[in-house]
Amino acid sequence: MENLEALTQQALAAVKEAQDVAALDQVRVQFLGKKGEITSLMKNLGSVAPEDRPKIGAVINEAKDQVQTAINDRKQALESAALNAKLAAETIDVTLPGRGVQEGSLHPVTRTIERIESFFAGAGFQLMEGPEIEDEFHNFEALNIPEHHPARAMHDTFYFDAGRLLRTHTSPVQVRTMEKQQPPLRIICPGRVYRCDYDQTHSPMFHQMEGLLVDKGVSFADLKGILKEFMSAFFEKDIAVRLRPSYFPFTEPSAEIDIEWVIETPEGTKTRWLEIGGCGMVHPEVFRHVGIDPEEYTGFAFGMGMERMAMLRYGVNDLRLFFENDLRFLQQFR
Amino acid sequence: MKFSEQWLREWVQPEVGTEELAHQVTMAGLEVDGIEAVAGEFSGVVVGEVVKREQHPDADKLSLCQVSDGSETFQIVCGAPNVREGLKIPFAKIGAVLPGNFKIKKAKLRGVESFGMLCAEAELGMSDASDGLMELPADAPVGEDFRKYMNLDDAIIEVDLTPNRADCLSMAGLAREVGVLNKADLTELEIEPVAPAIDDKANIEVTASEQCPRYMGRIVKGVNVKAATPLWMVEKLRRGGIRSIDPVVDITNYVLLELGQPMHAFDLAQVEGGIRVRMAEQGEKLTLLDGQEVSLNSDTLVIADHKKPLAIGGIMGGEHSGVTESTQDLLLEAAFFSPLAIAGRARSYGLHTDSSHRFERGVDYNLAAKAMERATALVLDICGGKPGPVVEVAADEHLPKQAQIHLRRARAELVLGIKLDDSEIEDILKRLGMQITATEDGWDVIAPSYRFDMAIEPDLIEELARIYGYENLPVRLPTAASPLARHPENRLPMGDLRRQMVARGYQEAITYSFVDPQIQKAMDPANAPIALLNPISTEMSVMRTDLLAGLVQAVSYNLKRQQPRVRLFETGLRFIPDGDSLAQIPTLAFAATGSRQPQGWAESAADVDFFDVKGDIEALLARTGTLDQYRFVAGQHPALHPGQTAIIEKSDGNGQWQPAGVVGALHPSLYKTVGTKQSIILVQLDLETVRQTAIPDFDELSKYPEMRRDLALVVAADTQVDDVLTAIRAKAGDYLTKLNLFDVYVGKGIDPDRKSLALGLTWQHPSRTLTDEEVNDSVNSVLAHLEESLGATLRG
Repeated sequence: MENLEALTQQALAAVKEAQDVAALDQVRVQFLGKKGEITSLMKNLGSVAPEDRPKIGAVINEAKDQVQTAINDRKQALESAALNAKLAAETIDVTLPGRGVQEGSLHPVTRTIERIESFFAGAGFQLMEGPEIEDEFHNFEALNIPEHHPARAMHDTFYFDAGRLLRTHTSPVQVRTMEKQQPPLRIICPGRVYRCDYDQTHSPMFHQMEGLLVDKGVSFADLKGILKEFMSAFFEKDIAVRLRPSYFPFTEPSAEIDIEWVIETPEGTKTRWLEIGGCGMVHPEVFRHVGIDPEEYTGFAFGMGMERMAMLRYGVNDLRLFFENDLRFLQQFR
Repeated sequence: MKFSEQWLREWVQPEVGTEELAHQVTMAGLEVDGIEAVAGEFSGVVVGEVVKREQHPDADKLSLCQVSDGSETFQIVCGAPNVREGLKIPFAKIGAVLPGNFKIKKAKLRGVESFGMLCAEAELGMSDASDGLMELPADAPVGEDFRKYMNLDDAIIEVDLTPNRADCLSMAGLAREVGVLNKADLTELEIEPVAPAIDDKANIEVTASEQCPRYMGRIVKGVNVKAATPLWMVEKLRRGGIRSIDPVVDITNYVLLELGQPMHAFDLAQVEGGIRVRMAEQGEKLTLLDGQEVSLNSDTLVIADHKKPLAIGGIMGGEHSGVTESTQDLLLEAAFFSPLAIAGRARSYGLHTDSSHRFERGVDYNLAAKAMERATALVLDICGGKPGPVVEVAADEHLPKQAQIHLRRARAELVLGIKLDDSEIEDILKRLGMQITATEDGWDVIAPSYRFDMAIEPDLIEELARIYGYENLPVRLPTAASPLARHPENRLPMGDLRRQMVARGYQEAITYSFVDPQIQKAMDPANAPIALLNPISTEMSVMRTDLLAGLVQAVSYNLKRQQPRVRLFETGLRFIPDGDSLAQIPTLAFAATGSRQPQGWAESAADVDFFDVKGDIEALLARTGTLDQYRFVAGQHPALHPGQTAIIEKSDGNGQWQPAGVVGALHPSLYKTVGTKQSIILVQLDLETVRQTAIPDFDELSKYPEMRRDLALVVAADTQVDDVLTAIRAKAGDYLTKLNLFDVYVGKGIDPDRKSLALGLTWQHPSRTLTDEEVNDSVNSVLAHLEESLGATLRG
């Protein structure tokens, strides 16, 4: 039996030396397998005196357990090392950029129009669109701008033949809507408009958004209220709005919309009034042109330039950038 | 309109400063565009007189002058060409400070000492440029402070008047308005009729009395047109933006500025037989004061004599009949021309005058007599002469009528959202010069003749708002309930469509709707675009018939700016003329060029090709659930590569296919036209078609297993995959649920004229398990059909 101690030491040493799971398994087979060297000792118990068998059997089992435990521990250690090695081998540079990123963006004018649409949609205004090549009736006459009216000269209209023209404002969409629908009406009309004027601060094409609300009992006070709400919503701050008397043939009373703009300068904070649109109570002549009774209904309309709003909101300082479509400009509006 | 603040204050004295005054009128609807000083900041300048002038001993262009300030005489070296003995000039003495903090010191010019400086207007900030010394009138008091003498502590205020407020195109009108705003009285001009000194009467006939309801003429004989216009008048004109010309023209211009009545003076000697106010004969010729000869249209009113036209009524006088240095006798004209007879006429001759500007907006029809007396008195004062009686020809039936407007208290409250006290309303109306009569529900109002813009009730309500102050009107929010908006689910919202494009890497562009006709023709030769009559430039002269012309130019713009990878999309109208009508078609277009993906460590550096962009289209169509309703058919487009173009068609559900758009690579022959050296893949789609969205219709989920068979087919290299797929669908039976092409192979092991396609077919029955036999039968019938129709074989 002196053999057992030596075998056990030999087995434990072999376990220690096994470098992978397969080698370890060979050690197990060599010592604890069915024909293993320690297992064989048990088989030789028959040659031991019967009274000694239980004692010697217990010693052998103890040795077996000892070796088995060593194998188990070693196996766990080997497996864990293997996993660690695998994980280490699989480690990546997580700071490399992700694959396939290519995001475009909306044009700043569209972005502005969509924001404004969403405010007014919340107040029940419906989006309306219309043709850009218009006739004189819808662009002018129905809006109380007869031929030779001085206001026509102010519009710098692009003409085609046969009384066709490029709409100078989105107001014809209001006319077309009122021709088809009776009040109550709440609509907004964004879109391209055209004026024959091209310099640093004028583009021959730009975008307007007009709003129209016609119902019973609508007053100038409602107009003031909605514009104030809108400006504060758009600029996300409480913003002073001033309506200044003006003249448009299709509204009366008419007003320019000014907002109070805060400018930070090296000399300190300055405020000034910026004109950003026009508005007024719908002129009864316009209602008559579209068959709405001006005694029963009143309404207001307002309009403003989208490029102007985008410039103020995003700090763009040159109108011409909007139509150059330079990626370095467009990509800033992500 | 520009005006001198001091002149205004001669008429009305509000207790407000310049800034406040400007704010006041701005907030009353007369927008102040700018305020500028009449002259620059300077001091130490007096009226001087050149008492002696000699040549500078060492300089040809310099004069050596002795200049008096009234008490002393100074030696001055001066380079101005117009310096001469006896001339009175602004004299900046030693110690004077000119604009720009320019201090006048003793100086030596070419060795000669100079004690001060003689000034030109520009040097005093009174004009932008001058070509010599400012020449003062002979009666200028030598030694007097120049600022004081010229009354230069004044501001020029420029107001931008809206077309309805022509009544404010004069000092009288502006003063009235300022008076109303400040509740201040006007210092009215006392205009007494000038008694005739001679009997000569103008012979006047008016045949166009509708266009000219009132015409007044007066002869003034023996005037001295060489008399000098007095300084005060020259200065008021200058501050009103009008240059002094000769005393008679200055007087008519002065009356125009002061009262708002355009006038004209004829040289009586050039009037043959008398005045006839009539419509022009078509093609009649007239040489105008500015020297241009015009051929008149018959819609134009002329002031003629018995032989020829003398002037275009209310617009511009003729050269021949104007006042010249040799004029001795005048015929003064003051008339009322109907706005409708003047509107648009000046512009049709390329003209815009102070007179036409006023007449087409409207002039007080009761002003002519007053203006005639004022002008006569000024002529007599300045030029002398003997006036005849005023002759007036008027057609009362054509003169404007002062409307009686009924203003309802309740209506004013409804529109303004506030109930103003009756006394407040009455006060405002009275201050505005209205005659009012109270009625049960409001007032009957008659506006003064100068407020010809007052015609209906809203005009009065606007006046109430304006004078009460827009800022003082209440603010509230509309409260009426509004119906919920209807958003049809079968139409993709534009925002969703745009974001789909953005997510696929496209940048939204907005290009002009008018394009270069050459590029448009190259891109879309089939449609002749509609052309603008008055384009900004040739490059922006026709309306786009497709969106591609603008988009390729935007792409090219970026390529030229070191942006090799460009992906742009745009939505908007294109304009297709069709006989007399015109289609304005909402359209989506996109363009892609450069690498498939932005350059990166793991990205494909290959150039974007047809299939990348086709994938973008399919992704968009898949977004609306309608991809299976479309097909791509090899086709032709004049701007696209003939071998890489597909017409996109949509099924109408009844077996017919409708065109929905086109995709393809830019035709290489257009690279130069467009300005690109690399391929651009272009897409144009009918926007309304691609926005059509399928509304989901639920199908029961099958509980039974799927069966899949993969086929490797070999077909002729030019066989279109779509034909193979169609053939498979035709024979695969009702339960084929998926058909997927997962490989296309050309090369080793395959006949060079053929290609191999790998396809996965999946079947599933909704209510039972399919048997192998059933599926095998389907496969066999598919293979038989493929072989028969397309010569397809299984790959061995």
